[in-house]
Amino acid sequence: MQTLHLTAVEEAMLGGQEGDGVALAMRVIVGQARISDAPRLVEITSAHVDSCLYHGQVSLDFAHRLVDLGARVRVPTTLNVGSTDLIHPGLVRDHELAAAGRELMAAYVDLGCTPTFTCAPYQLPNRPAFGEHVAWAESNAIVFANSVLGARTDRYGDFLDVCAAITGRAPYAGLQTPEARRGTVVFDCRALGEFSDLTYSLLGHHIGSVVGAEIPVLLGIPADASEDDLKALGAAAASAGGVALFHAVGVTPEAPMTVEGLPVRVVDLETLHRVRRELSTVASELDAISIGTPHASYAECVRLSELVVGPALKLPFYLSTARATRERLAESGVLQVLEAAGVTVVVDTCTYITAILSPTWKHVMTNSGKWAHYAPGNVNVSAVLGSLAECVASARAGHLVLDA
Amino acid sequence: MIIHGRTLHPGTATGTPIRLTAPLSFWGGTDNEGRIVDAHHPQCGAVLTGRVVLMESGRGSSSASSVLAEQIRARTAPAAIILSRPDPIIPLGALIAAELYDLNLPVVVVPYDAVPADAVLQVSAGPDRATIAW
Repeated sequence: MQTLHLTAVEEAMLGGQEGDGVALAMRVIVGQARISDAPRLVEITSAHVDSCLYHGQVSLDFAHRLVDLGARVRVPTTLNVGSTDLIHPGLVRDHELAAAGRELMAAYVDLGCTPTFTCAPYQLPNRPAFGEHVAWAESNAIVFANSVLGARTDRYGDFLDVCAAITGRAPYAGLQTPEARRGTVVFDCRALGEFSDLTYSLLGHHIGSVVGAEIPVLLGIPADASEDDLKALGAAAASAGGVALFHAVGVTPEAPMTVEGLPVRVVDLETLHRVRRELSTVASELDAISIGTPHASYAECVRLSELVVGPALKLPFYLSTARATRERLAESGVLQVLEAAGVTVVVDTCTYITAILSPTWKHVMTNSGKWAHYAPGNVNVSAVLGSLAECVASARAGHLVLDA
Repeated sequence: MIIHGRTLHPGTATGTPIRLTAPLSFWGGTDNEGRIVDAHHPQCGAVLTGRVVLMESGRGSSSASSVLAEQIRARTAPAAIILSRPDPIIPLGALIAAELYDLNLPVVVVPYDAVPADAVLQVSAGPDRATIAW
């Protein structure tokens, strides 16, 4: 086992010279550093905190302990989704959960975090640059930061995220180190031909399911893949498996020039058809549509607004996005188009982590591999997966329409 | 029989083993009663409360440590967790429960192939080294 070396400043934090809150946070960082065999800690430039999502009394107990001990974050810190929509509080049907969620979100703002309340902090200004060490939580944000931005974060969990923000340190281990970031297995996707928006979710789910602890290198991802496409791929890969970094040759910044010598797995269309059958129930009756997992970008909201103009939507239609994106949509008039078409815009939270959907709904359609993976266990619905166009066509028809 | 492993979080526990044949995320994968609810998981429906859980590693969401810490607080957590490779998210849940509630769920890394399915296991995890006896 490595011996962990701490600087004098870090020793002082651990010893309580910057207060008991900093000492508690440093105990967590040091404990994790030892588990990860880190030789030292690394200074971070930003943090993204997932601990503001309510998971029970322990969430509040921990945040209140930090507030009571006088802790404050020392680097710019964004907040992940919480358990309620603070702008549309009426959307959350479980009032007790909403109240606890609100209390927790407020406690993290008290610690000095910025009230962004989004799972897609990479859509905000001031995102980390290539090579920056950061401490991000939320599996889709982690994989995006590492893969698409080339920033460096390991796979941090709740509690650790805010402790890193309070100490400004993370263990120098895992994906903070260059050695751990090299690709180790190739997924040859060249047989897939043209990619639709759903291809990215299905491919991500497949890679997450089979890759184990390897770092995947993808061949054949279209050079014009958008950040939204890579978001969908990474989110599905991170929920189906422990993927925290992927490389896409010709697309992502740290992808290798050559993949010679690495083992190769071929992905064909039949594989993706099978993934779709596994992830998606076939239901002729649909109760609602939910998109925006991870939070829809401004561009995705605009695309939706173009699709929903026309005949009325017959099914409840939810769009989850960041409050900052909603503000931009309101300024440009897109929000008004969406709301006039009957789209319910959800911010600060998401439909699969809190009580927004009606408990009587059985079949809900989504364009998100991540949503399809988690919603059945979390909110007791069966998920039907389709492209964004298929989601809108189904909402309009009142029943499932594929190949729209 | 005794096997030796590495402690990720110290503590002692006794319980019967349950071997998970796929990685599990406590968040989205288990409910507050300690039951596996991930429909895609091979052991879906199994209750982990009070059991010595043997699994390769954690998986998926970074909220798993909260869910585990809450289960420890609510006394619905496993008795101990034995991993075959180190995973930072699971012992973090154990550490927070120890800081807040003084409750210790041992988390150990050891190749567990030798552990029989029907034994009562005694897990004793010291500051660095752990033993599992049956």
